[in-house]
Amino acid sequence: MRQNAWTDRAFALMVHGAALLTLAALLGIVLSLFMGAWPAIQEYGFSFFVRNAWDPPREDFGGLVMIYGTLMTSLIALVIAVPVSFGIALFLTELSPRWLKRPLGSMVELLAAVPSIVYGMWGLMVFGPVLAKYVQQPLQSLCAHVPILHTLTQGPPVGIGILSAGIILSIMIIPFIASVMRDVFEVTPPLLKESAYGLGSTTWEVIWKVVLPYTKTGVLGGVMLGLGRALGETMAVTFVIGNMSQLSSISLFEPANSITSALANEFAEAAPGLHQSALIYLGLILFLITFAVLTFSRLLLMRLKGREGKRV
Amino acid sequence: MNTRILKTWLMATLVTCATVGAVSVAAAQSDVTGAGASFPAPLYTKWSAAYQKETGNRINYQSIGSSAGLKQIDAKTVDFGASDAPLTDEELAQKGLMQFPMAIGGIVPVVNLKDIKPGALKLDGRVLGDIYLGKITVWNDPAIVALNPGLPLPADPIAVVRRADGSGTSFGFTHYLSKVNTEWKDKVGVGTAVNWPVGLGGKGNEGVAAFVGRLNGAIGYVEFAYAKRNGLIYTQMKNREGVFVEPNEASFKAAASGADWKKSFYQILTDQPGKNAWPITSATFIMMHTKQDKPEQAKASLAFFDWAYRKGDAAAIDLDYIPMPQEVKDIVARAWATVTDAKGAALGK
Repeated sequence: MRQNAWTDRAFALMVHGAALLTLAALLGIVLSLFMGAWPAIQEYGFSFFVRNAWDPPREDFGGLVMIYGTLMTSLIALVIAVPVSFGIALFLTELSPRWLKRPLGSMVELLAAVPSIVYGMWGLMVFGPVLAKYVQQPLQSLCAHVPILHTLTQGPPVGIGILSAGIILSIMIIPFIASVMRDVFEVTPPLLKESAYGLGSTTWEVIWKVVLPYTKTGVLGGVMLGLGRALGETMAVTFVIGNMSQLSSISLFEPANSITSALANEFAEAAPGLHQSALIYLGLILFLITFAVLTFSRLLLMRLKGREGKRV
Repeated sequence: MNTRILKTWLMATLVTCATVGAVSVAAAQSDVTGAGASFPAPLYTKWSAAYQKETGNRINYQSIGSSAGLKQIDAKTVDFGASDAPLTDEELAQKGLMQFPMAIGGIVPVVNLKDIKPGALKLDGRVLGDIYLGKITVWNDPAIVALNPGLPLPADPIAVVRRADGSGTSFGFTHYLSKVNTEWKDKVGVGTAVNWPVGLGGKGNEGVAAFVGRLNGAIGYVEFAYAKRNGLIYTQMKNREGVFVEPNEASFKAAASGADWKKSFYQILTDQPGKNAWPITSATFIMMHTKQDKPEQAKASLAFFDWAYRKGDAAAIDLDYIPMPQEVKDIVARAWATVTDAKGAALGK
């Protein structure tokens, strides 16, 4: 009995310790990022966010290109991945013949198991050239005289740049979003769906007005999971984004850079001083971006929860 | 019952972790450890494996990048540091370090042009710099045609490819361009990573080789070994004496012999004198503290480098590195006498 009490206390201590350790690690990371970035913060302050410069020999740094590249590639990835994942989930839960459900479902999940460096290599060797030849070059000649589209499609059509990075990212996050969507679609009570069908709804109406409202929390969670992965992805992006640290136009065909890619490429050889500090500042910004995304999705979920049960 | 098993297991895991940690720390202390540049890492790894087989002594080399390696040797966490860019003599004196070259590498421009064979295209530093500045944008530019009369140069745009990651290769390349192209020197400068005016960034030598291999009309620069193994179309370069040379072992060695190693080991082998010298050559360096707190480790390190100088040439050539010329090795071996223990007794042979 007494011995038990001792082990209980020890165990409780360990469990508390484990929980506190996470918190301490998080705080420690933020603190050390902040300290490492301090010289750059002192030098540039918030103007770092909008400075379009990255010149290591002259020690002139700004994060605009990397921040833009990170946000833009993730946006492209979401724009492609969300509808496609929705389609996949819809097909798998509502429309697919029974014999196809399993193999197709596991195939989609298998995509998530492919290491990101493989996506990068595939993007560089196979996908880039195909994109250049069959998408970028025709698009460029097609859009040559259309005002806005022309700006978006100028630059070297070589299959390397913001657009290819965004597309590769979308392929990488589709399995995450799709499998979460499928799982939550499946937990919709059959009773609700059957009732809607009984009232004469079409399949589309059932999905749009019953399944989706019932599962919006989960769907949003899946999208945020995908966005988080897209923001933090490094290896695949660095292979296909072109790693150009200047922004000469907002064209999607231009090579650019992302925060993670710049860090992975330059950190090992960065001289101590402003260069290293600017890179750490970029890391801090990425941390803030992901934190903001997380907070935003939490807030959104809370609002959605609050409205639950009321008429929309 | 189950919880008790879990508790015991957790305890056991913690104890095991602690024990393993302690053991590995103890084991690491007896080995010689070095860290730094990634360019010579395959060579150092191969040398250390052969050295261990022959003598039983272990050399650990961690390929973490040149500037990270310098940080480690500054903090004395490793026995030797390795860097592709040498330190100046003042920096060495200030940090209490000495340095010596270990091997030579050649950086070669490579292109992707149909109907042009390896070594057929001729370039000089001014034209190469102007291409990388974005001033020359097509292959049949008069400046390129003037260097290559009779060569079928297409009217295609030039796709410039360079390293995306900070690297010693980029350092050597930009150092060369700064020496031979004043506009490059004023606008861009020298560095492991610079503000490239144009071009796509590939990751590593492999990344650049892949871009150049796939993009029609591309030009890039890689370590000679990569150009050779990937069958890329390398160019000839005009050297300081105005002679066009091909990149090969002889022209890299000629560049290394032309430098005045007797005066200082701070030698960046770009644009060296010598009729046969390849202009974009670079050496990779080892840094050690001149006053050693751990004389045994330093002695073991120097023994390894001595062995590598005497017996490592074949392995180096096998991996397409160029060994140091014999006369340079002799000068370096004499310089090892400056590595001493706390009392000032020399540790090298």
